[in-house]
Amino acid sequence: MKTYLARLALIGLTFCGAVLALNGSALAQNGPLRIEIDQGVIEPLPYAVPDFIPDDPAAREYAAQIARVVAADLSGTGLFREVPASAHISKVAAFDDAVKFADWKAVNAQALITGAVSVKGKRLTVRFRAYDVFSEGELGGGLQFSGTTDGWRRMAHKVADAVYSRITGEGGYFDSRVVFVSETGPKNDRRKRLAIMDYDGANVQYLTNSDAIVLAPRFSPTGDRVLYTSYETGFPQIHVLDVGKVQRRILSADDGIMSFAPRFAPDGRTVVYSQSQGGNTDIYTMDIASGKRTRLTNAPSIETAPSYSPDGSQIVFESDRSGAPQLYVMPAAGGAARRISFGTGRYGTPVWSPRGDLIAFTKQSKGRFHIGVMRTDGSEERLLTASFLDEGPTWSPNGRVIMFTRETQGASGRALLYSVDITGRNLKPVRTPDGASDPAWSPLQN
Amino acid sequence: MQTGTKISLAGHGLLLSWVAFGAWFPSEPLPFEVQEVSLISAEEFERLSQTRQAPQVAPEASTLQPPQESAAPEVSLPPQQRPEPEPPTPEPLSPPVPDPVVAETPEQPPEPAEPEVPDTAPGVPEPPETTALVAPQPEVQQQRPVDRVAPVPVAPPEPDTAVDEIEQPEVSPDVGAETEQEVQEATAPEAASDRIVTEENESDEQTVTAPEQSLRPRGRPIRRAAAPEPEPEAASTPVETEDTQPQVDPSAVEDALAAALSGGADVEAPVPSGPPLTSGEKDALRVAVSQCWNVGSLSTEALKTTVVVGVSLAQDGKPDSGSIRMLSSTGGSATAAKQAYEAARRAIIRCGSRGFQLPPEKYAQWRDIEMTFNPERMRIK
Repeated sequence: MKTYLARLALIGLTFCGAVLALNGSALAQNGPLRIEIDQGVIEPLPYAVPDFIPDDPAAREYAAQIARVVAADLSGTGLFREVPASAHISKVAAFDDAVKFADWKAVNAQALITGAVSVKGKRLTVRFRAYDVFSEGELGGGLQFSGTTDGWRRMAHKVADAVYSRITGEGGYFDSRVVFVSETGPKNDRRKRLAIMDYDGANVQYLTNSDAIVLAPRFSPTGDRVLYTSYETGFPQIHVLDVGKVQRRILSADDGIMSFAPRFAPDGRTVVYSQSQGGNTDIYTMDIASGKRTRLTNAPSIETAPSYSPDGSQIVFESDRSGAPQLYVMPAAGGAARRISFGTGRYGTPVWSPRGDLIAFTKQSKGRFHIGVMRTDGSEERLLTASFLDEGPTWSPNGRVIMFTRETQGASGRALLYSVDITGRNLKPVRTPDGASDPAWSPLQN
Repeated sequence: MQTGTKISLAGHGLLLSWVAFGAWFPSEPLPFEVQEVSLISAEEFERLSQTRQAPQVAPEASTLQPPQESAAPEVSLPPQQRPEPEPPTPEPLSPPVPDPVVAETPEQPPEPAEPEVPDTAPGVPEPPETTALVAPQPEVQQQRPVDRVAPVPVAPPEPDTAVDEIEQPEVSPDVGAETEQEVQEATAPEAASDRIVTEENESDEQTVTAPEQSLRPRGRPIRRAAAPEPEPEAASTPVETEDTQPQVDPSAVEDALAAALSGGADVEAPVPSGPPLTSGEKDALRVAVSQCWNVGSLSTEALKTTVVVGVSLAQDGKPDSGSIRMLSSTGGSATAAKQAYEAARRAIIRCGSRGFQLPPEKYAQWRDIEMTFNPERMRIK
């Protein structure tokens, strides 16, 4: 018995020794102190944009306006917060003057954008620099844009894009446009026409009249053309419109056949769309130049809303082959489709992200509509919005923001455009002169 | 961790093998432990309780009186004599009269505590050499004499009675011929002298009370390190101190400390090699940096990128912005890593602009820091 107890005691001592050894090794510190930080804050990054400096009297008008547009772009992302001019301690007198970082640190501006504007005739030149205030260094080098005075907003957007890219590490989306369906009149007599505008709602232009219902416009990969569905012939037919020339033509003109939900392939030469014939809807592709059509699905169910992956190798679409609308992915040439959505509710209008990593969709569940995103395999589904009616998502060029249609309830309900960050934050309406629906975001302009 | 794991594995392996095969090998050392402990504890506890807790012992003394009649155990008498209740009982014995006298005499021994000063005084010249070591010794002297006196005692060192008084006023009893003398010898002289001598041997220089006081704050980190390595340090410290001093001298702060601790300049070595930061101190630093680590403006790819950033801090806790550098990154492209690094650098500079709150005495521990910024929990959810 004593032997047994002694052995137990020895085991205990050995265990304690091992624990002490472990502690000792844990406490021992060789080399620098190492800590891991896995919690931070998510808040807009404070920045300052003093009015740009006019190099000549003619540029004075543009200098302040360009700075304001840059600030609106950056702050509109929800990722940045402008330090108001009233809080600025030092003034930037000249574009090449040394920056007094201490003054900007004092107002907690972590980024500083300075610029200068010059006007010679109709030619406008904008120069800018971005600084990391606390590092007291420049974010990238100085950059200059030139254009006509009429395009000063675009140059401001380009400055904002450059700053956004330098701080966040991803491309911007400010120098882009949105085509949408402008809606006027009551719900029972709504007049719709195609319109195009800057991403921020400026420079609205109408592309069609309101004689016929138009639906679902989609930009080409280069942004020079727009596909849309029109009931001009009484049947839904696909039209293609040259944005620059505002010229349009019918892409599919088959009597008795409904064609809709068109979308460009990444190569810009092929269109994928839905065609309804004999009560059955399937997905087809059409070569724009030759008009050759290829049937990708052949099922008694409804297959629609196709969208290419950025590399053009796959197509995500909506189908009710399982009994309720769900999302499926199939090869671009057709073939076996694999279901990717399995949640409760009805999924529709999938759109592949320009980055290729996510798919945005509309979901109807429990009487409410949602805009959501999921990975291309259907995992990590996240619903970003919830309202009476949200639908028709479209991706920003950098895949960071989603714009969609939100319609309010009731006879006086109105459709408006909203945008939301893929984090679900920064949900806000997009300024449009009238009601708007079916937005489609263009790629960045050249 | 690796070494600790190895030790743990080795220890467990030995345990398992011993448990499995230990029965094949007889183990006999057990009886030694049990027997010795019992013998030692019995005597010690009795005398300890008698000496210090005399008033409490009094009731027991009444019970012990019968044994007094046997007179054989005189050892019990002297402690009983101290408390007053005994005088009535020892009436038959003449000693009661001397007892009150003795009672006073034990009071004197506390005064002989003054003689303690002379005792330490002779020892002082030696301990001053290692000032840091001198301070803890007097505390130890009181405990060890009590523990070890009982087992070790030997009659020969009778002349040490004076030393005995320092620790145990009981020693004074005049009549307590042999037995009392034995107790005195064993307790005070051996325990106190052993350690004093060892320290004296290690120490060489002189010290004054002032340096001892100033050294106490340093003694805290030293105690932990010195406990396991009292002697080896003696050999190594002189070399280390000489190396560190020239490095520390340049700074004004260190100069001030060196001036204040003039006599103990050699002790500066343990400062840079002091104890590591506690988990609380690390957490405080982690929280301080995380408050400025803003990932709100990072791209989704940068939010998947973990970067390890190295930074050197000044003694006031402020980061040297020039020393901030990205040591490594994982999970993202070079562009994403750059953005993640920029956010991390901003966090360090911003929240370090006023200096991180870190213990200055552990500066060597946090002078160079590697911060891993892992946005795993900050990703979009």
